[in-house]
Amino acid sequence: MTRLLETRALTKRFGGANVINGIDFQIDTGEIRCVIGPNGAGKSTFFKLITGEHTPSDGSIHFLGRDMNRVLPHERIRMGMSIKFQIPGVFADLTVRQHLQLGLYRAKDVSSTSLDELLHRFMLEQEASVLACNLSHGKKQWLEIAMAVSLGPKLLFLDEPVAGMSVEETHATGELIKRLRDAGLTIMVVEHDMTFVKQIASRVSVLHGGRLFADGPLDEILGRDDVAEIYLGRKK
Amino acid sequence: MKQLELVSRGARRKRATSLSLKFLPWLVALGLPLIVDSNASGNFAYCLVWAFGAIGLAAMWGYGGILSFGQTAFFGLSGYAYGIIALNFGDSWITSWGSLLAALVVSVAAATLIGYMIFYGRIKGVFIGIVTLSITLVLETFMSQTAGPQWAIGAAKLNGYNGMGGMPQLTIPWHGGPLTLENTSFYYFVLALLALVYWVTRKLLDGPFGLTLIAIRENPQRAEMLGVDIRRHQLLIFVFGSTLGGLSGVLYTIWGSYITPSTMGLTSAALPVIWVATAGRKSIGGAIIGTALLVWLSQNLAVYGSQYALILLGSILLIVVLLAPEGLLPYVITHLRRLATRPQSNAVPEPQTALKAGRGSKS
Repeated sequence: MTRLLETRALTKRFGGANVINGIDFQIDTGEIRCVIGPNGAGKSTFFKLITGEHTPSDGSIHFLGRDMNRVLPHERIRMGMSIKFQIPGVFADLTVRQHLQLGLYRAKDVSSTSLDELLHRFMLEQEASVLACNLSHGKKQWLEIAMAVSLGPKLLFLDEPVAGMSVEETHATGELIKRLRDAGLTIMVVEHDMTFVKQIASRVSVLHGGRLFADGPLDEILGRDDVAEIYLGRKK
Repeated sequence: MKQLELVSRGARRKRATSLSLKFLPWLVALGLPLIVDSNASGNFAYCLVWAFGAIGLAAMWGYGGILSFGQTAFFGLSGYAYGIIALNFGDSWITSWGSLLAALVVSVAAATLIGYMIFYGRIKGVFIGIVTLSITLVLETFMSQTAGPQWAIGAAKLNGYNGMGGMPQLTIPWHGGPLTLENTSFYYFVLALLALVYWVTRKLLDGPFGLTLIAIRENPQRAEMLGVDIRRHQLLIFVFGSTLGGLSGVLYTIWGSYITPSTMGLTSAALPVIWVATAGRKSIGGAIIGTALLVWLSQNLAVYGSQYALILLGSILLIVVLLAPEGLLPYVITHLRRLATRPQSNAVPEPQTALKAGRGSKS
């Protein structure tokens, strides 16, 4: 296993408030890492710092050993990061097929086999010619993940991939993510649904108040009383 | 079985309608000089000349979401550049064609500089319209005060508000002396160039570049997270579209052997936007047809007074905005197609047609 991503004392201030406060974080190849924490813990900001949407106030981010502080967002994507946003932001005027073509063009992989394989893997074959804005919410989420995967990334960020999905869809998405990991992808997931986290994660990082509160194997972290207290509001 | 036959017959009729809609305008344009005199062909060439700038604006606005009022700035820049170069370097066929190319290079350079400042300066949305409109108005004001003998570049006198005149027309070498492209021959030259530009633009916009532009227009943040260099794409389409505005300017100058600062004025700057909005900004073919028809209509109405055409164009824009915001031509074509493929009373409608129909017309 090699180190894929590392943040050192990563800090982000908005006005006077430290939304992210000195986070040291590492992720190795082949992991599915779930980042959990209560609302306002700084999970989405942490994601946005890594993908370059926000600029750090302090600290550094290293991806594949390279300092990312001066690397533009689209260049980070070209280096091998890929993100699925929390709220589906599909392009209303494009069909499902065109969405995936956009990613495949960027990955310089324009073979129809890759397109068909993606459609099949994400259960979107029937909707290939449908405008993405007409998809159901669950299918939009799958399309978003498929787009992120179409870029052929090394590190995949999934921001609440199962938000608004049914129980069946959530389970199917979990199995899909595990298959992506088995195919060699490293995946970082922000999620609230603990059943889903238990289904997919090998390690869990807990953010609280902009700090990395806990970090370790799934069972160990979820078994800790202090985690339960800050996350679920349960008293010791 | 019968239902399947009806569906496939409907699909065949739909294909036939699409094909005829695609080629009919070109065939009509090819045959037009056969039924009108040479002078009228020259006038039709004038109508087509403006279509290049309209194609450029449709590519920028309809695909890239960049509403530029600056087509007239590049129109004027290239028009004046052609005049200055051609008047200084003589009227041989090589210099006239060389001047045309050099005038286009002026537009490319100006569009690159202006586009770089706009997109790398993070100017977005309506502010792009304001900046480009300001540039064209500044150019108009500047050129309007260039009266007097001191305002000459070599043999080319700028002549202030009255404009520059006497530029040579395009010629081609011919046995027995060079052949001047005028009236019918100029019409066919413009038509051939228009077909070429249409083909190149469609190739560009139907491929990965066009798809990426639509993605940027729809959701720039999401597009960036697909590894798209948004500013580079916006700059490229701006340079491409603006240069086509410049091409219109050069051809206009060649057609009439004159150019005036008013071609960069407020009224002129609004016209390409009105043509493209009326024709449908997402349709390159529509932009050509709509522009040619509206210019032709304006020209004919101008006989009764120059304001009538503007009143009509304003009214058309109002109707389009209220009734057919996607453009008048896409509106008509959609209804024609619906009429042509309307299933018979006992036929089963095609499944998911509404869902599959792309919003961006590719006529």
